[in-house]
Amino acid sequence: MTGELLSVSGLTKAYPGVLANDKVSFTLREGEVHALLGENGAGKSTMVKMIYGLVKPDSGTMAFRGAPYAPSDPHAARGAGVAMVFQHFSLFDAMSVAENVALGMENPPALRDLASRIRQVSENYGLPLDPHRTVGDLSAGERQRVEIIRCLLQGPRLLIMDEPTSVLTPQEVEILFQTLRKLTSEGVAILYISHKLEEIRALCDHATILRLGRNVGTCVPRDTSAREMAELMVGGAFAAPARAGGDMGPIALDVTGLSVAAPGQFGTSLRNIHFTVRQGEVLGLGGVAGNGQDELLAALSGELPVDAEAIRLHGAPVGHLDPAARRALGLLTAPEERLGHAAAPDMSLTENTVLTAVRRENLMRNGFLRWGAAEEFARRIITTFDVRTPGPATAARALSGGNLQKFVIGREVLQRPGVLVVNQPTWGVDAAAAAAIRQALLDLAAGGTAVICISQDLDELMEISDRFGALNEGRLSEIKPTRGLGVEEIGLMMGGAHGMEVAHG
Amino acid sequence: MVFGSIDPTLLLASLMVAATPILFAALGELVVERAGVLNLGVEGMMITGAICGFAVAVNTGSPLVGFVAAAAGGAVLALLFALLTQYALANQVASGLALTLFGLGLSALLGQGYVGIKPPRTPKLDIPLLSDIPFFGRVLFSHDLMVYLGLALVVAVWAMLKYTRAGLILRAVGENHEAAHALGYKVVRIRVLAILFGGACAGLGGAYISLIRVPQWTEGMTAGAGWIALALVVFASWKAGRVLLGAWLFGGVTVLQLNLQAAGLAIPVEYLSMSPYLITILVLVIMARDKSRAPASLGRSFHASQ
Repeated sequence: MTGELLSVSGLTKAYPGVLANDKVSFTLREGEVHALLGENGAGKSTMVKMIYGLVKPDSGTMAFRGAPYAPSDPHAARGAGVAMVFQHFSLFDAMSVAENVALGMENPPALRDLASRIRQVSENYGLPLDPHRTVGDLSAGERQRVEIIRCLLQGPRLLIMDEPTSVLTPQEVEILFQTLRKLTSEGVAILYISHKLEEIRALCDHATILRLGRNVGTCVPRDTSAREMAELMVGGAFAAPARAGGDMGPIALDVTGLSVAAPGQFGTSLRNIHFTVRQGEVLGLGGVAGNGQDELLAALSGELPVDAEAIRLHGAPVGHLDPAARRALGLLTAPEERLGHAAAPDMSLTENTVLTAVRRENLMRNGFLRWGAAEEFARRIITTFDVRTPGPATAARALSGGNLQKFVIGREVLQRPGVLVVNQPTWGVDAAAAAAIRQALLDLAAGGTAVICISQDLDELMEISDRFGALNEGRLSEIKPTRGLGVEEIGLMMGGAHGMEVAHG
Repeated sequence: MVFGSIDPTLLLASLMVAATPILFAALGELVVERAGVLNLGVEGMMITGAICGFAVAVNTGSPLVGFVAAAAGGAVLALLFALLTQYALANQVASGLALTLFGLGLSALLGQGYVGIKPPRTPKLDIPLLSDIPFFGRVLFSHDLMVYLGLALVVAVWAMLKYTRAGLILRAVGENHEAAHALGYKVVRIRVLAILFGGACAGLGGAYISLIRVPQWTEGMTAGAGWIALALVVFASWKAGRVLLGAWLFGGVTVLQLNLQAAGLAIPVEYLSMSPYLITILVLVIMARDKSRAPASLGRSFHASQ
């Protein structure tokens, strides 16, 4: 076997009020794929930021290739042979691929030479890429290639990948994995962060599990089930969502020929979308980010006005109504972006409750708000959905992502919707909270609500939805029953590999 | 005929002079905005540069030292803006407006003893041979050093942004400061340097008015040139070449309307006086109708969190 590449011992980093990493130790061998597992806030991001020189540890030491290693900034880390692919891509939209690559290199060659090297490396690793295209025009998969090639051009010994597959189709994931396996065969070590446990089982040799900043164990992912890993992360057992399997009622929402022009420069137009949802049914809509999910939610919520006849709620046309009017009729929505769209960051939970529940929960009398009733409803959301917060007077911004997500979903669920549309209901939420949110959606459907769940998490959609469709460039695929649907078929519904040929020999 | 009394050679020559102050200020602001900072204090930095340059030139007798002092004065005022917006994370729009008002007041105070004084004359570089060429000699080759410095700065800023690594990093910071930070670039330091450069340029532009263009000191003598420079940057789509065109256009219309006033055209003076501002903005709006967009991080505060 090969030698030790990176050893981390007793690394500690505290932020005001939080111990992000508490004496974490692990070692990484050359040529291995090592997973870093943990819930949100377990300290994974802080750990990799310390390795990449973005954050300085309070105490503890690192050794890289046998020598002490304490990078003062990312330049030093890159110089030592550490490269990182970020979760939210660190790319510059208005610049070309070559310029983006140059910005991530220590001593880039002249732009013309760089372009030819980008071509060469991208073909070596089966990631074709045109160096002169503007990054803002690329698909998510192609953007990730830019990041990866930027790393590869430095000849790294260690590649850190933070949630690399969250924006990829199954086919694109397979291409990525082939590239990573080729890299490890050349002796490059990969530190891999992901929430997708099945992927970790397929790719990783070892895993270190973090919980609340502490190293709570290691495992060999191939020999451990996804459920065991999830329980190690959470530190206990949790219930998997179970469906009651109630009968479906009549059609609740009928969308016919819904077309909307792209609202912004980088938006997606919706093209002739048809679907129906019955009472008591969960319809799952998958697809890679940026294929019309946000626009579809906006059209259903009333933020984007459409033809009256395009959307029918219980048979009545509602396409021309604004969000408040649709809410009054029982069509509720919870958008993806928690801070700034689903909730106003600097307003309290009570105030945020009023913003969507004022009509359905009778929180207003003669034009004056009934703050007492609003606070009571906010408290009900907090207790029913186990939102961990000091109280309803807390600002939305102060909640962790998972807790705020439970709050914004709970706020809609408790308003007894006739139709509920959610977008990415468990995005960035840890396993236990995600299970609770999915259970709430299933319970709602069992009570006769029609639920539309838009998500990029295919496992989630397979788990909760009765029927599945995929959005691809603003078009909706044929909708098929979820039962018996294979990954291959789902991938094709999502648009396959988006025309990116696999150049592996 | 009114136009008959206007000499085209003289008109074009004075166009170059009239365009120089806003050219300097706009180039500085262009670099600042490309780094993702919106500094609305250009007018304040210009007038501060105008009085600093004037006072130092009068006291030392050297216009060159005056210009150096003007650049320093503008940069010091810009440093104040940099401290407020980059370290104290104050709102950039409010800070910039405050900077303009502060600069106008400060310059009036500093300039109390200098009203009515004539500054030392800045020599013209009569370039041998070239300046003897008929027409072109007068228009292009018989100006003072600052006019050529301004033109050189256009080329320098353009080449810096397009071809150098420093320019690439500056644009990266203005485009996506979080990504630039994640890659290890010092966002705040780069922005502070850009702001100081912008201040120095605005100061030079201001001093050009008080030392060469007018040349004397009166309160508020920049008369909105800083605002024109700001508008110029936006309508020139953050491109150095178009800033030069805009500055020439503004300078040209200014000189033309002065000449028309002198020639006694039968249009109220007020209409003529407002025409340069109106025409410049109109033309630039039409020019700006292409796809180019503002730096994506323009005006947003950056704070390195966790």
